[in-house]
Order: sequence, then structure tokens, then C-alpha cells
Amino acid sequence: MPTLNVNGKSLDYAADDGTPLLWVLREQLGLTGTKYGCGVAQCGACTVHIDGVPTRSCAVPAASVKAAQKITTIEGLSKDGTHPVQRAWQALDVPQCGFCQSGMIMAATALLKDKPTPTDADIDAAMTNICRCGTYNRVRAAIHVAAKEMAAAKSGGKMHSKAELGKSALNIEHVEGAKA
Amino acid sequence: MSSPKADTARTDAPARVSRRNFLKQSAGATGGLVLGFHLPLMGQQALAQGAAAANTPPEINAWVVIQPDDRVVIRIARSEMGQGTLTGLAQLVAEELECDWAKVATEYPTPGQNLKRERVWGDFSTGGSRGIRQSQDYVRKGGAAARIALIQAAADGWKVPAGECTVSKGVITHAASKRSTTYGKVAVAASKLAPAKDITLKPAKDWKLAGKRLARLDTVDKTTGKQVYGMDLKLPGMLNAAMVDCPIFGGKVKSFDEAAAMKRPGVKKVVRLGDSGVAVIADTWWRAKTALDAMNVQWDGGSNASANSAAFAQVLAEALESTDAAVGNDVGNAVSAIDNAARRIEAVYSYPHQNHACMETMNATVKWTSERCEVWLPTQNGEAALAAAAEAAGLKPAQCEVYKIHLGGGFGRRGATDYVRKAVAIAKEMPGVPIKMIWSREEDMAQGRFHPVTQCKLVAGLDDKGEITGLHMRIAGQSILATVNPQMIKDGKDPVVFQGLNPPGPEASIGYTFPAMRIDYAMRNPHVPAGFWRGVNLNQNAIYLECFIDEIAHATGQDPLALRRKLMKAHPKHLAVLNAAAERAGYDKPAPAGVFRGLAQTMGFGSYVAACAEVSVSKAGELKIHRIVAATNCGHAVNPQQIEAQVEGSFVYGLSAALFQECTVKDGRIEQSNFHDYPSLKLAQMPKVETVLVPTGDFWGGVGEPTIAVAAPAVLNAIFAATGKRIRELPLSKHKLAND
Repeated sequence: MPTLNVNGKSLDYAADDGTPLLWVLREQLGLTGTKYGCGVAQCGACTVHIDGVPTRSCAVPAASVKAAQKITTIEGLSKDGTHPVQRAWQALDVPQCGFCQSGMIMAATALLKDKPTPTDADIDAAMTNICRCGTYNRVRAAIHVAAKEMAAAKSGGKMHSKAELGKSALNIEHVEGAKA
Repeated sequence: MSSPKADTARTDAPARVSRRNFLKQSAGATGGLVLGFHLPLMGQQALAQGAAAANTPPEINAWVVIQPDDRVVIRIARSEMGQGTLTGLAQLVAEELECDWAKVATEYPTPGQNLKRERVWGDFSTGGSRGIRQSQDYVRKGGAAARIALIQAAADGWKVPAGECTVSKGVITHAASKRSTTYGKVAVAASKLAPAKDITLKPAKDWKLAGKRLARLDTVDKTTGKQVYGMDLKLPGMLNAAMVDCPIFGGKVKSFDEAAAMKRPGVKKVVRLGDSGVAVIADTWWRAKTALDAMNVQWDGGSNASANSAAFAQVLAEALESTDAAVGNDVGNAVSAIDNAARRIEAVYSYPHQNHACMETMNATVKWTSERCEVWLPTQNGEAALAAAAEAAGLKPAQCEVYKIHLGGGFGRRGATDYVRKAVAIAKEMPGVPIKMIWSREEDMAQGRFHPVTQCKLVAGLDDKGEITGLHMRIAGQSILATVNPQMIKDGKDPVVFQGLNPPGPEASIGYTFPAMRIDYAMRNPHVPAGFWRGVNLNQNAIYLECFIDEIAHATGQDPLALRRKLMKAHPKHLAVLNAAAERAGYDKPAPAGVFRGLAQTMGFGSYVAACAEVSVSKAGELKIHRIVAATNCGHAVNPQQIEAQVEGSFVYGLSAALFQECTVKDGRIEQSNFHDYPSLKLAQMPKVETVLVPTGDFWGGVGEPTIAVAAPAVLNAIFAATGKRIRELPLSKHKLAND
């Protein structure tokens, strides 16, 4: 039985030849956070990391991914939604319908790993995912916020609460205890 | 809302309400509601029973359930598709309820429950930017009535007048006796009281939650992958279906190789859908889809097999001159004013078919038996979906149920029910088995309910000083209602066609006064079905009128803002937002070198909007949109940060349409099949957007759509300022902006 290493676990799966990684993740492994949007690597909703590289999983046959390669999906980015990029997304209320946001977040985390302090031009080049609701300006703002937080964490500087980040970036009020 | 989790647990035994037990109870109460997306929202059982039972969290009224631990469940009838209405409506209820916002959760009542309870939640339809503006009154009254009952229950317990009690964040206090209690403690007693009759709502100036820039209630799960969309649904024993319908509307299936599908792994059944469609049911969707591809379905195109966009454009061009037009707005005698004018200005514009292209393609999960039909559905119109499902299922609506799920985009597409009927038809072929039908992107592109195609001829008569004496706007083209609701068309007049061009009034009124004006419409319907597409007819009407006003300004040597101000004197609300946008943009000062400005304003969906776009065009013809200032007067701004999100998003939707998107017809079918040939604006192309909110507090307007309509004309007018090129045919990608 073929095996994939997903979010730190080695998982067996059964799929026909040619089945894209996306559909193995969604239908065999139950990881539905990764979305189908186009099936032809145009929209980026299916973006996952393979050995840290952002990859459009709809266009990658699962069988072409070696068992030793490390796949990370949105579910594996953090245990509880507290990766700095997720926190920045939450602080700035980035998602609207949210369907493209797993892919956006995976693309953004890969960018920040590659370029910890990305310029706007870096963000333009890396973030080619389609969002039909139109969250792009908040995506850009959240990437800058996440970059600062990650830099602060690295240097032992002060980390900010979600409420502080939301307040300072877009004056969004996060009520303590509220789900958001 | 929390996310759906499939759970088959079923028992009728009431039990202590825990998350797990709630699932069991719900299943027992509703005979099939086994999804947890109402969790941890234990009001659902009361919902299903129509009233609060002794051992369930009490329903204070249809809108509010209070749990013993003071958690508050607010019922939301409208659908959340990204526009933030879920949070906004909860803010309005909570404002009157005076509960603790940190303890608020939400849940969707079902269309079946609404039917059973004589539409206690009113309209479920979520379109036309109506979510908040059309339900704000009764949802606030629901919150207020619950507050009154809860205070009364506490007062009764203390044997003091309710008027001596106060409440803050769900804590009721009787100051004189220094007693206090919480909503959770008096909820059962409150649920038994008769509802208050006289309810006075708070004035907006006293709002503490509404009007505030609160964070959305549905964000976290959308950042972790936990939010379950229709496409992600998994039910016990569920199978998956892929389908293809005839890409030539009105055509039929000619042939297909069923054996080619059946011999593939995991395939359970091949299904005919009427005479125009075929579906494959398999254990996984990928297997269903690849088996469908292997069947080599052939089509009989029928009478539309040779239809094409160019031929239909000719039909519309002829209709621009025809005499069979219905008049939508008539002031004075525009024909004679133009005939007698010293000078005429004329232009013809056109707007193409467009697909909504929701990120989540159409899908529905259906379990059908001869007794009952259940549908799990991302829908903008739960009640219409219930009716459609019942009809397709051959059952009474009372035998059917629709469970709403958050939408991966709607934009009007998910108000239609075509895909619901197809999913039910598929599920009927395997009774008792839940079947999830997902459309491929290609199917979604082929089977759209398209933005209508129209052309518009505008003629202005000018006197010898260049003042406008008369304006004639002839719209020729497709009627959305002709597809969606033909009985609403009277004498060839589809009233929706005149959006933004109506006489003065509270809805979609024109913002200009001309000495004489006629706006008329010659209906011509192609075989391609139309649908409500975010912004609807306001989109092209604003392009036609706002670009033509710009043409007149340039032709008569007037500043476009100055001309508008002159024509808008009798329309102060329209003018105020235009002035707000111009002022923030610094219109009275020159734009940066090489940057040019364009203006547009309109009124629709109950709100007044305007935009000032700043663009540059390089020598090579490359357009850069640097900045857009957008002003909105939506009357009341319930959550300003979410209005900003809607305004920003409107430019992505509107500019994607204006710059790139066109669905063309060749050989009877839509030519575009995916995002490679139907591009959408990307982050790198996104302009900076500055939103200026100028709510006047004297009405309730929508925000999800109106701004889309000013996106294109503001940018097109700026392009003219930059290049001298007047783009009258969209999308812009058909034109070269370079001077060659």
C-alpha cells in the first residue's frame, strides 16, 4: 500500500493511478481543509507544502510524492490555529467566504519561510491564488503583520494578542471570549 | 457556527445536553438532523419541537435561545456567504437583547422548520444585498422581546416591577434590593411568558454592539481548515456523483459509453438526467469524475447548435433601433428635445455574459427515500431550495428538509435551484443513500446562470451652450426575469432592467435631472440562461450612464465632477457620496504625475455609492490602478469593518468583470471553461482601496453589491483621461491601450 507523510504522520492510502494528491487528501485521508477550485493549478485553493514548497495539489499525482517527502496541509500548520499567519488572518478578519483561505494561508506561510520580511513586490509575486470575494488587501496586510510577529518571536521581542493586532492594523474590536 | 461533523448516533432518549447528546437528541427530534454544524448550539432541539421543552435550553422566542450557562444562541435566517451578514444580524439582535457578546453563538434554522412554524423567521432569501436591510426591524424586535421577557421573569421571581430592573451584558439587577441574576437562570421562566406587544427599538445613537467594528463570528474555522463547506460534507454511507449536462442549452444527450464507466473501479451507477444530462455515482468523486470523462458523452445540440455571440450581438444592435421598447423612466419629451438640439452626442456600449465563478463549485448532498428527501446545501435561498427539492423529489415540502451550510461564494448563483433539482434527481436513483453531487469547474462554467448580455445606445441633445436638453438611453438585451421569474414581466417590461435608472425613490434611482429624458428597453433573450449576478443590472447601467456623462463632460469641455454637480443638485444623497469620494481623493488638487482620475456614482440596493479611481497607462499600454477611493451611504452602518471588506471585495468582483471576464457562445455553448480563459483579478493587480463611510442614519441600505457598479466606470473614465481611449465594449482585455 502506498504511503504519504502528511502533517507528521505516515498514512497509508488506496487510490487509482493518476489520482491527484488533492483528492487523496480530501477523499482518502479526510483532510478537507484543502480545497478543489479549478483542478488545473490556476486558483491555488488546493495549495499544500511538499517539503516546504507551496504546491498545487490538484495537479500533482499522489503517486509521484515519495513516502519520505513531508506534506503539510492547513490542518497541520498548527495544532490549534495559532500559527502566526493564522493569528494574523484572525486578527484582521481576512476571510470572507473563506473557501480560498486555506490555500492563501499555505502560500503565505511558504513565502514567509522563504522571505521573512517580504516586500509588497514579494507578496505580489508569491500570492497568485484567486479569491473571488476580494480579500487581497487584507491578505497583504496580514502577511506584513505575521512577518513582524514572527520576527519578534525570533528575536525574543514582544508578541501581541489578536486583539492588539486587530486594533492596530484595522481597528477591529476583538471581544475577549468571543469566538472570533 | 461550528463545523459539521458527520455522526450517525440516533436515539430518542432525552439526556443531559452535552455536545454528543445534543447530536443524538437532534437526530431523534428531526428524524435525520445528524450534523453538528448547529453545535454547540443547543437551541436546535427546541427549534425542531417548535417550543421549548422542560429539559431543553429554552427558546425565549424564535430568534433567541438562552442556555443555563448564559450562552446565547442567536438564530440567523439569512445565509452567510462571506458578506458578513451572520455577524451583522447577530449584532443587531444582541444589541436589543443586551446580552454578553462574548457568549453569543449563532445557528441557522432550517427552511423546513420555517415552513412548519408559519414562517416565523420570515424570508430566508439572501440576495439583493437585503440580508440586513430587510430583516433589521424584526430581528431587533426579536432581541428586544427576549430582553423584555427575561427581565420580566427576573422581576416576577423577585416580586418587583420589571421597570425597576436593569440589565447589562445578560446580568439583570434590581438595585433597590441589591439583587441580581443572569439570563441563564431566568431563561426557563422567560420562555413561558407571552411575548411583549409594544416594543420600542433603541435609537442608533445608543447602540453599543451594532455600529461597532466587531470581529466576525466565523473567522477562526476559516483559517484552520475546519469550516465545512458543502463540498467537504461527509455522511455515513455517502457516495459521490459527477455529472455533465448538455453544454448547448436546450440540447440533448445523443450517446455515451456506459460500459466504459461501469468497468472502472468504485463506480456504482450511471444515471440519465432527463434527456439532457448524465451522471456517474461512485465511491469517491474523483472516480465518478474520471468515469464520466471516460464515457465520451455526445450531444444533439438541437435548434441552438449554431448559436453564437456575434450573431446575438447583431440582434441586440438592431434592437437598439427598434420600436418595441418598454419605457422605464420618462421625463418631458426627450425625442423632440434631441431632434431639436443644436448638437448631438451618441455612443453605443455593450456588456457581455459572465459567469459568477464562485470559488466553491455548485454542489448538493441529497438523501432520498419515497417518504423523505433531505438536502445538505450551500444555498442563498433555503426556502426556494426546499420547494425545488420537493418538486424534484416528488414529495410534499413537509416531507423534505434543507440543511444550510456556509457557502464558498454565492454572488447570486446560489439563489438559483437548477443544481438542487439535478442533485435530487441523481439521489432518487439510489434511495436511502446520501449522494454528494459536485460539479467540476468546467461544468460550473458551462452551466452558469449568466450575467445578462446587453447593449445600450445613449443619445444626448445639447443646446448651443453645451447644456444637455435631452437624454435617450435605449437598453437592448437579455432579461434576467425571463429566465428566473417570467410572470413578473408585464408588457415586455422587466423592471429590474432599469436598476439605477429609476425615477426618484428609495430604490435604484437615477442621480441626475435632465430637462427631458427617456430610458427604454427592448427585450431580446438569447438561449443562454441569465441569473442574478452580484450587482445585477446596476453593473452595466452604471457603466453606460457614468461613462456617457464623462463623454459629455469631455465633449463640452467641462470637468466631469463639475458637470455631475450641476446635474445632481436635486439629488443630494447621490451628490453627497460623490463629493465625499472626490474630497478624500483630493480631486481639487492635481493627481501625481502620470496618474489620471475617473469618477462614477450610482444608487442601488438601497444605498448611495461613488468612486474615484486613479490609474496610469504605460507607453506599452499597461494599465495600473493605483488607488480607488470609494464612498458609501448605506444609511446605517452595522459593522463598519465588514462594510470596508465588502467595498474592497466589490472592486475585485467588479474589476475582474471589467478587465477580463466574458463568456462567449460558439456553436451553442459557452467557450470558456476554467480560470485560464476566464481570469479573475489577482492580488498583484489589486488597487489600494480607501473606503469612506458617510451613513446618514435615516434609512437602511445594502452594501454587498452597489459598489461593484462604480468599479468599472470609475476606472474606464480614468483610462480615458489617461489615454483618450473610450472603452465602450467590455471586457477591457479586448482592447489595446497602447498608442500605436
